[in-house]
Amino acid sequence: MEGDIAQMGQFIGAGLAAIGSGAAAIGVGHVAGNFLAGALRNPSAAGGQTATLFIGIAFAEALGIFSFLVAILLMYGN
Amino acid sequence: MDQFIVSPLFGDGPVHWYTITNVTLWLALAVVGVTLLLVVGTRGRAVVPSRGQSVAELAYGFIYKMVEDVTGKDGLRYFPYIMTLFMFIVFANFLGLIPMSFTTTSHIAVTAVLGFGVFFAVTIIGFVKNGAGFLSLFWVSAAPLPLRPVLAVIELISYFVRPVSHSIRLAGNLMAGHAVIKVFAGFAAIAALSPISILAVTAIYGLEVLVSFIQAYVFTILTCVYLKDALHPHH
Repeated sequence: MEGDIAQMGQFIGAGLAAIGSGAAAIGVGHVAGNFLAGALRNPSAAGGQTATLFIGIAFAEALGIFSFLVAILLMYGN
Repeated sequence: MDQFIVSPLFGDGPVHWYTITNVTLWLALAVVGVTLLLVVGTRGRAVVPSRGQSVAELAYGFIYKMVEDVTGKDGLRYFPYIMTLFMFIVFANFLGLIPMSFTTTSHIAVTAVLGFGVFFAVTIIGFVKNGAGFLSLFWVSAAPLPLRPVLAVIELISYFVRPVSHSIRLAGNLMAGHAVIKVFAGFAAIAALSPISILAVTAIYGLEVLVSFIQAYVFTILTCVYLKDALHPHH
């Protein structure tokens, strides 16, 4: 086995940080699912709200991207 | 991963700030592409547009309507800036999808310039337009009085995180997408998995085409939202 305990911790930490990406996926799915549920109730109002949908998805995704960034920093940051 | 390495275009010396690298080449190609589409494509000014002209008109109308819808009439003064951002990011993203090319927007150095540019522009516009009234953006008058200082701190933090999330969202999405294609392409080395690998790379590539456009759209529409906050800070 190569490497040392610090490197192992680095890799485990990066893997743990990547869990956040999955959490962001749940958030994005929630936004899109609720949008679709609302859009099917009132299809005529849905067209005007796509911008809001994308803003919501973007905000939900941002925090997932942060965790991805932490994972990348842990992997290659030093 | 080779596709993300910045290397000089001529020779292989160290990379200084003035060195012409592959990033420079692909940024320039994006600018040339935008110019070809918007300047040369619309040169004919035909009543019945050619293919290039109708794409250019479609893009113009799309962004114009977005700026008008989100920021209102007085935001249209800043339409050229937002149109420039959108066209540049779209072209950089799509050029990055060409195999063996370099995705400039997958680098935080590139997107941070765009993101912080928007942040500084919006902050300066906010203070010029509203003076000290711009600070009412942080003072949520709709909330109960005891809650307002707490909300002000949260709003202040979220305001200063904006350029970071704005730029990292674009770079992270592009970088992650290209890394996923690379990972699936790596499975092609195992003979039993290679058909699945090819199918997966094709599918992810299709997703990346979608993501390239959506991320440019999201970047632009968030710029519009920040601009709206600067022009109308009162909640």
